[in-house]
Amino acid sequence: MERTWNNKAWFLVLPVLVLVAFSAVIPLMTVVNYSVQDTFGNNQFFWAGTEWFEELLASDRFWQAMGRNMAFSFIILAIEVPLGIFIALNMPKKGWGVPVCLVLMALPLLIPWNVVGTIWQVFGRNDIGLLGYTVNALGFDYNYVQDPFDAWVTVIVMDVWHWTSLVVLLCYAGLVSIPDAFYQAAKIDGASRWSVFRYIQLPKMQRVLLIAVLLRFMDSFMIYTEPFVVTGGGPGNSTTFLSIDLVKMALGQFDLGPAAAMSLVYFLIILLLSWVFYTVMTNYDAER
Amino acid sequence: MARIDVNHIRHSYLAEPRKDSDFALKEVHHTFEDGGAYALLGPSGCGKTTLLNIISGLLKPSHGQLLFNGRDVTGLSTQERNIAQVFQFPVIYDTMTVYDNLAFPLRNRGVPEAEVERKVRETLDMIDLSDWAKRKARRLTADQKQKISLGRGLVRSDVNAILFDEPLTVIDPHMKWMLRSQLKQLHRRYGYTMVYVTHDQTEALTFAEHVVVMYDGEIVQIGSPAELFERPRHTFVGYFIGSPGMNVVPVSIEGKTARLGSQSIELPGAPKAAGDNIQLGIRPEYVHVGSQGMPVTVTKVEDVGRHKIVRATLEGRDIAAVMSEDDQVPAEPKVRFEPAGINIYADSWRIEMGG
Amino acid sequence: MLELRNVSKVVGADTHIADVSLTLHHGSLNVLLGPTLSGKTSLMRLMAGLDAPTSGSVWFDGKDVTGLPVQKRNVAMVYQQFINYPAMTVYENIASPLRVAGIDKARIDSEVRKAAELLKLTPYLDRMPLNLSGGQQQRTALARAIVKNASLVLLDEPLANLDYKLREELREELPKIFAKAGTIFVYATTEPHEALLLGGNTATLSQGRVTQFGPTIEVFRKPVDLVTARTFADPPLNTIVLAKNGNHFLLDGGVNLPVPVGLAGIADGNYTIGFQPHHLSLERLGAAAVPVRAKVSVTEITGSESFVHLDFADVRWVMLAHGIRQFAPDDEVEVFIDPRHIMVFDDSGRAVAVPQLAA
Repeated sequence: MERTWNNKAWFLVLPVLVLVAFSAVIPLMTVVNYSVQDTFGNNQFFWAGTEWFEELLASDRFWQAMGRNMAFSFIILAIEVPLGIFIALNMPKKGWGVPVCLVLMALPLLIPWNVVGTIWQVFGRNDIGLLGYTVNALGFDYNYVQDPFDAWVTVIVMDVWHWTSLVVLLCYAGLVSIPDAFYQAAKIDGASRWSVFRYIQLPKMQRVLLIAVLLRFMDSFMIYTEPFVVTGGGPGNSTTFLSIDLVKMALGQFDLGPAAAMSLVYFLIILLLSWVFYTVMTNYDAER
Repeated sequence: MARIDVNHIRHSYLAEPRKDSDFALKEVHHTFEDGGAYALLGPSGCGKTTLLNIISGLLKPSHGQLLFNGRDVTGLSTQERNIAQVFQFPVIYDTMTVYDNLAFPLRNRGVPEAEVERKVRETLDMIDLSDWAKRKARRLTADQKQKISLGRGLVRSDVNAILFDEPLTVIDPHMKWMLRSQLKQLHRRYGYTMVYVTHDQTEALTFAEHVVVMYDGEIVQIGSPAELFERPRHTFVGYFIGSPGMNVVPVSIEGKTARLGSQSIELPGAPKAAGDNIQLGIRPEYVHVGSQGMPVTVTKVEDVGRHKIVRATLEGRDIAAVMSEDDQVPAEPKVRFEPAGINIYADSWRIEMGG
Repeated sequence: MLELRNVSKVVGADTHIADVSLTLHHGSLNVLLGPTLSGKTSLMRLMAGLDAPTSGSVWFDGKDVTGLPVQKRNVAMVYQQFINYPAMTVYENIASPLRVAGIDKARIDSEVRKAAELLKLTPYLDRMPLNLSGGQQQRTALARAIVKNASLVLLDEPLANLDYKLREELREELPKIFAKAGTIFVYATTEPHEALLLGGNTATLSQGRVTQFGPTIEVFRKPVDLVTARTFADPPLNTIVLAKNGNHFLLDGGVNLPVPVGLAGIADGNYTIGFQPHHLSLERLGAAAVPVRAKVSVTEITGSESFVHLDFADVRWVMLAHGIRQFAPDDEVEVFIDPRHIMVFDDSGRAVAVPQLAA
């Protein structure tokens, strides 16, 4: 809101520009550079043109990892958004319950990624983990190390446990900003609980929901730490997401060229999808 | 439409009210006649919104009974009471068109679509928004949105009453005039029972046939605008209604004369005034500034366009007078109190003047 | 002296302020009058330095301050919302701008007490703002603005969120504040009545333009154009388009208004005639007054006055009559227009004549 035109402002922004140049633009250019060359070590590089890109786009391994990413993002959005809305709707709006709920909700968000991974890795083990042991004791054959389905369930439950709170907090912020008069008017109009949600709460939450979806999408699409810690991408390749594959390729196999091409494609996909979300959001804003 | 009886209603927001001051509404006993236009007028915290919310069912009173056409509705929910309410800030369903906004209460009640169409068209005509039916409601101006809020009440043929909670707060002055006259026309044509809560005397007086003045959780006076203006029962009414409010000065009474310092003021009758705390009230409109009467010192003249407000001191007391726009304050200003405009108060309550 | 020179503010496709030039002097009260979204707040933000103009420049005491941010200007602002520090007492709230300025304790104390006395806050100095009434909260904000000793004080509809009667009371206190020597006060309001009560100078705003600027009563009585006259009328200005033919303004269907002396020279053609609601009367007050038959639509009675809404031809008028005048809807009444009170606007809306009876 407060825009003040001032020459000095540019000097103040300059350090940030320099920082961004070093932290983003220059590495990105390095990656671009790698992606069009081949190397066998010894700092010897050969021009490879678009070879790596063609290879990448033709490889099953890439598309499978991509498919897993898409599926993962879709599933966690499909669970976390409705669940987050549901929890937000049922949180108390006043009284002592408010701070208690808010703190409980904020807790998972405060735990670092790798710790979350470790917690679940232990929690889900069927020999010493409380969850794994209990589930098996109940007669279910659960083993995330061997069964791909179990591995997926574990990774998804972990993400839902870790990140639904974010959706809840954002939705809650949207909900508490709705004036009482709206609920009173809805009562007077004889609106059902569903109508109140559909025509009052959802429209008022729309903006924060878009932000929540955008954040959760980008984050889940870039998922790395948790599956890396818990399943290491396995069993087989069942939880090998793009990021894990990328690291395997770049550090494990030291295929710098293909890895660079892959990270560029990966980067472009996230950029493209974020742009789509951004456009939707700003269009929505302009309409208001 | 319905007659609304408020039977000895008291309300406290506290769980266990002990003393009188714990009650937001001390005791209200009043009948809103079927088809009447009422205003609840008072400063913030006087209990007017509490009373409105009790009528609409958003609040359940601590004590007392509420009757619609003789039927006890105290325990009924807002939906079951069948009332309409317009709030201070426009409440519209953002994502719906104007048409769908108006259709909403009917569809919620399972009214057949053909009937919905007929009623909505009719209502759109009433509130003058027919041309806007297909627009998204959120694109409209504040006054149009307020009309939609009203329309959602009008569209139901069975509403018992339409309640207004300071509906013109966010409306620009010019549009206030338009909306007010449209409201009045609607009331006249269709005979709705309307209760209008406001702190703005102009809105209350221009809207209502009966103005209920509230102060500190109690009704101080109920009357027509003219009654409230000419015969305020309590000095608070005199102060709260009128702009500037009524002049109130301490006097002593001797028969048909009131004494203010060294001045004698002729009264229309002989009030039976007992006690020490006797006051004379006179509205600025009945104080005439000229070259005859009691000498005053003029401190300020405010030209407000259509008239002038003269601020002066009379026997050490601040008084205000209204003067027409073309008149001038004379060199040696004096004031005369028009006897018909004089009221006498004992302990702030008006007392009758015997002939 | 604060000068706006051809200032414009464009945000995206919207023009918030269009080519405004204003000169405000020290020790003056200046009212910005206009409806919601007419640009009052945008203009104040430009004056304060919260926004920079898209084009044009802002000068203060002969110095170009166009790019200077608000922190570097000596400005105080009071808003419609009651903005105070909720965790500080009223005393601390009022003292806060002085503490920032690093003034010694004894002087802070005397300044705070002086301001509190002026705004009747002395009994509440130890209270927290949120435990006070709206009127007292706004008094606290006003006190903070005046102790700051700013050279420019901007008040953006400061009374809008208060009860009618509290507004009246606080409005009576305002002149005491405005008496502070040397400060430029700018006061935004949507209400013509408030502008008249405050006095000083008024700038009328419409769609981002200042349509007129001058002494308040003069702008009210002698508007330069139709937009200004409409902005500065409450109840709304009555208007009608009439055709001037020789010595008369005519309308088929019963208006025949003699052209006021001094206007005989203007060309024949269509003119918009405007007159204030209190200049429409039920009695023939002036010898030259002409009768018009109109139909009553609604009557509003305030006790001392009656507002009669009238339909005439295709226009709606409001008549303000003294006392109680009860009419049934659709009654035909004869009302009088005095040519001495009319304003005449040409095709482009420019005023060619304003009332000669202006006191």
